[in-house]
Amino acid sequence: MSKDETLGEALRRQGISRRGFLKFCAATASMMALPPGMVPAIAAALEKARRPSVIWLSFQECTGCTESLTRSHSPTVEGLIFDAISLDYHHTLQAASGTAAEAAREAAMEENYGKYILVVDGSIPLGNPGFSTIAGISNQSMLMETAKGAAAIISVGTCAAYGGIPHASPNPTGAVSVSDLIKDKPIINVPGCPPIPVVITGVLAHFLTFGAIPELDELGRPKAFYGKSIHDRCYRRPFYDKGLFAETFDDEGAKKGWCLYKLGCKGPTTYNACATTKWNEGTSFPIEAGHPCLGCSEPDFWDGGGFYKALSMPTEDITRTAVYAVGAGAAAGVALGAMNRARKKRAEKAHEKVTIDDLEKGS
Amino acid sequence: MIDTEMLKVEAGENLTYNVQPLLHEIRHALATLLDDGGNTVIDLRSLPLAPGEEQKLLDELGQGEVYARLHALGPSEIVETRYPGVWVVVHYNSSDEVIGKFIEVCDIPGLLRSQQEDIRQGLEQLQTQLA
Repeated sequence: MSKDETLGEALRRQGISRRGFLKFCAATASMMALPPGMVPAIAAALEKARRPSVIWLSFQECTGCTESLTRSHSPTVEGLIFDAISLDYHHTLQAASGTAAEAAREAAMEENYGKYILVVDGSIPLGNPGFSTIAGISNQSMLMETAKGAAAIISVGTCAAYGGIPHASPNPTGAVSVSDLIKDKPIINVPGCPPIPVVITGVLAHFLTFGAIPELDELGRPKAFYGKSIHDRCYRRPFYDKGLFAETFDDEGAKKGWCLYKLGCKGPTTYNACATTKWNEGTSFPIEAGHPCLGCSEPDFWDGGGFYKALSMPTEDITRTAVYAVGAGAAAGVALGAMNRARKKRAEKAHEKVTIDDLEKGS
Repeated sequence: MIDTEMLKVEAGENLTYNVQPLLHEIRHALATLLDDGGNTVIDLRSLPLAPGEEQKLLDELGQGEVYARLHALGPSEIVETRYPGVWVVVHYNSSDEVIGKFIEVCDIPGLLRSQQEDIRQGLEQLQTQLA
């Protein structure tokens, strides 16, 4: 597909019927968490969309975000999104390496200056430039240089968005997020460890469709995917409201699928689409599989005081209030939410480093 | 050896209570369709449903007179439920993975119609063949 061809033209050239295109638009709307009524508008916009150049930089990361992305229902609908963008540099996926790869990046930058989308996964070490380099270039200087000509930056994964695991206390590499370094570009944070694949492609599709960045929350995340807490969208929420909790991983409550709050679920303080979009083609998500949410799409989730420690233990009073307040149950939730945030802050402050002793004390 | 019985999580009856409200939403949508021909589409991927609840909803809706299977960018199933005007539309990609699941309340889902662009292209092909 040449850069001047529109997506509509490219799909017709590939022999895809109008019906196929409309199906693609319906799936894309669902992927972007937009109401189905918007499909005609999306079809009209995508028809005319031109293929943007995308440069993908990977810094201090585990490649989990790329792994997630490359497993996003390929090879059709999201695959087409990739036909619809020009992924000009991705050092894990491209064949070229070293100087040749860097030449491709520089060529893409020059050709599309001011127009390309920069995707970043991984955090950037400031402690010592030698901690992480690509073709001898430090992560920081590669980011600063590549960001200059970008139309927008998408920080994929919690490391790029908030520093993630490299940033966890005591942060040995001095890791920072993209938004810590870049202040003069629109930045979309797509956190998660890794993010849900369709959320990554959904954000790309949004940019492709509307040529603009989606509405963001105060942490820079698209509201369409991160607007509601896991807890508010959790199918186990009715158990929380009734005060029915699993106390261990193999008690009656666990078998009956009760709320995992007391087992450390971070659902109440975590904003992500897992509870509705789910994982593996919408099969399930951690809570459905019986495991508490780790809160991986929140800043500093690694230092939140322990994955299996409850945010704050509901006292008997609160449980009773919750039982009585099933009808108007929101109030109890608000009170707990406030306690949770305070607790999370305290835990972050108090947390220096994890010792074997800490782990043994556990939850 | 793991006792798999122990790992089984029971799906409670009416766990999220979302099935009944959805059926009511569909009832309202059907009334609107009769009143002014307005169509409604519900994206099932955007709703919190407990394991088994989606199936419960689909069972409630049942199967009616029409079952259509498309082949455009992978298969799609378009099924009229036992309530005429209520359709379940499921899109798959070419690896048979579900990429979208919708309930459409309308007289006929748009995708079943032949599309102008495709008709025009077909006409051109037929003309070329006859020339």
